[in-house]
Amino acid sequence: MTELRELYQEVILEHNKAPRNYRHPEETNCSAEGYNPLCGDHFTIFLDVEGDTIRDIGFLGSGCAISKASASMMTQSVKGKTRGEAAHLFDQFQSLVTGRAKTNGGHIDLGKLTVFSGVSAFPARVKCATLAWHTLQTALEGKQEVASTE
Amino acid sequence: MLITAMEHHSNIVPWQILCEEKRAHLKVTPINDRGEVRLDAFAKLLGPRTKIVAVTHVSNALGTVNPIRRMIELAHAVNVPVLVDGAQAVPHLSVDVRALDCDFYAFSGHKVYGPTGIGVLYGKAALLESMPPYQTGGEMISSVTFEKTMYNKLPFKFEAGTPDIAGAIGLHAALEYLNGLGMNNVTAHEHDLLDYATEAVAAIRGVRLIGTANQRAGVLSFVLEGVHPHDIGTILDQEGIAVRTGHHCAQPVMDRFGIPATARASFALYNTKDEVDTLARGIRKVKEVFA
Repeated sequence: MTELRELYQEVILEHNKAPRNYRHPEETNCSAEGYNPLCGDHFTIFLDVEGDTIRDIGFLGSGCAISKASASMMTQSVKGKTRGEAAHLFDQFQSLVTGRAKTNGGHIDLGKLTVFSGVSAFPARVKCATLAWHTLQTALEGKQEVASTE
Repeated sequence: MLITAMEHHSNIVPWQILCEEKRAHLKVTPINDRGEVRLDAFAKLLGPRTKIVAVTHVSNALGTVNPIRRMIELAHAVNVPVLVDGAQAVPHLSVDVRALDCDFYAFSGHKVYGPTGIGVLYGKAALLESMPPYQTGGEMISSVTFEKTMYNKLPFKFEAGTPDIAGAIGLHAALEYLNGLGMNNVTAHEHDLLDYATEAVAAIRGVRLIGTANQRAGVLSFVLEGVHPHDIGTILDQEGIAVRTGHHCAQPVMDRFGIPATARASFALYNTKDEVDTLARGIRKVKEVFA
């Protein structure tokens, strides 16, 4: 039960219920679709990137609590950041949810995103937590493909 | 080619490939809101240009037991052969292919407690005789000259090369085990469990059962309001209950019911009512976590 509470922390449940930036921003200049067909998690991420900076970000779609909360909190944490900063956050986030952060003792500074640390005890849910991030990366790289973590 | 809206992808995709090759059309018999084949529509879709009917005996996503005997009668009345996908039926029901009068019947080893990578395809002898081999190799020929090759008799014609001997011995042991228990006993036990589970799970507020056919076997598929099936699965797992979550390789079924996925409890001969109670408690716990 403790592991379960670690996974479904209040903040995550709350973001699942009331996701932030759950909208199509008025101005967008790139977007990408993320889809995990086996689970049915399906999101589109919309970005307004000016130069190197993510000016605005929104997302729409549906999925499990972990994937939705992760998308919601990701939009909050990358808004106003540069591409490089977003990529660095993704890298750290992946280390966190896969449990690599613990084993290599690396310094992690993810702020609120650390609520996802419980995911590492549930390897099957890593793909849920990282779907939005992979989708963001696909959008920023301007790729036409649909992102997937399955 | 005529299938139904409740088929597993494995009974859709091969027909799509064949349709491309033969320039044929795939027709789909609709199902009703309980997840039952609409026999009236099935009869109408059967026509002089229908070459084959392929239908699942038991739906892996809904648990529906199809009225295949009736469907076979309807198809045979217009001279259409019928292939039955029995992957979900053989572990749960007593199946007599001759009594059903089906033309082909297929099932998998790993669904009958047997080894993976092996299965059974039954076919009526006359149909198999008229079919060319699909693979070549040892055992499938009776004689070879540069002028003419004679194929071996059935079933060797279709068993080219060194077979999966260990798999076949394992599958035999599994089928003997099931027959030893008596398939009627297995069916009765599972039916009892399914009835008990249906009542227990349906009583939970917010649960919607997906697949409420009159005749069901093997599985109980459901969704819970406001909670994605994957989250249900993770929490039930912590309670010691393993359910499958997702589209169950039956995406058209999910589309038919307007959902991305379901959670699905499967019942087998070794399950108990205590475990069903744990399942129901687990679902209530899911509701608590997501309250």
